[in-house]
Amino acid sequence: MLTSTDEWLLYGETFKSRLLLGTSRYPSPDILAKAVQLAQPAMLTASLRRETAHAQDSPVFWQLLQNMKIPVLPNTAGCHSVDEVYTTAQMAREVFETDWIKLELIGDDYTLQPDTLNLPMAADKLIKQGFKVLPYCTEDLVLCQRLVDVGCQAVMPWAAPIGTGKGPLNAYAMRTLRERLNVPLIVDAGLGLPSHACTVMEWGYDAVLLNTAVALANDPVHMAEAFANAVKAGRSAFLSGAMQAHESAQPSTPTLGTPFWHHA
Amino acid sequence: MMVWINQKPCELQQGSTLKDAIELVPISPPFAAAVNTQFVPKTLYHQTLLNDNDKIELIVPITGG
Repeated sequence: MLTSTDEWLLYGETFKSRLLLGTSRYPSPDILAKAVQLAQPAMLTASLRRETAHAQDSPVFWQLLQNMKIPVLPNTAGCHSVDEVYTTAQMAREVFETDWIKLELIGDDYTLQPDTLNLPMAADKLIKQGFKVLPYCTEDLVLCQRLVDVGCQAVMPWAAPIGTGKGPLNAYAMRTLRERLNVPLIVDAGLGLPSHACTVMEWGYDAVLLNTAVALANDPVHMAEAFANAVKAGRSAFLSGAMQAHESAQPSTPTLGTPFWHHA
Repeated sequence: MMVWINQKPCELQQGSTLKDAIELVPISPPFAAAVNTQFVPKTLYHQTLLNDNDKIELIVPITGG
């Protein structure tokens, strides 16, 4: 069962929370801050963009990150080649002063599916430069194994395409992945409901990374709290060991001594 | 010579460095720079000589998922 010491390790660092939270698409910085305060995530994701009119909120966001004092996980969102990933990761390391990097290498702009053929090469290049790589990937077992082979100490399979909120679409593959890999598995992308997060945690996933499901809720602050509670519930259920399902009904109240039995 | 800073043209004197180019942009830390898609650490801005038509990217932190 869940105890206060249910911590987990990523690249040798200990985390208490099993929720990682994205910082994008919130109605306002204040709502983001309140959501973070209630959810208490292990990490906050962030990104980098050109200094343009579109990035004019950057100083406000930067100050918010400083105030929240939660480890930052920069991403390489929007990168379509290994070279772009490498340059973006180096820039992120300098800006955010961290070796953590959420490796995103997009292979298809419509589904935002990662470029599964080049992802291990990108991860390998980053790891050799000292990055702590958390790769956004599909639930493909062989891909995830290759990422582990090149040195990823955790992988982050999607549950469904980014921003769809559909929840885990391929339960068989995701459960197989959990059974076969011994590294931390973080579900990244595609969750829409707290019950989705609870389900994957019940399967034994180590954490979930969310953004849109919280940011686009009518009340992002309390949705963040709901997800945090769902993650804890799912984790506790996994540790507690679920009963085996049966095909036939089995009474929970003892039948021995049932009054009026066979009196009719 | 002319260089491009975040896709906008910018005139600079021959022999200018990346530090000279950045001083023309209203940008405050934290930010990072790349020249022709290659990352340049901030410790090297003053000694990174620019060439005509170089493409400079200056990026800042933003929200992300």
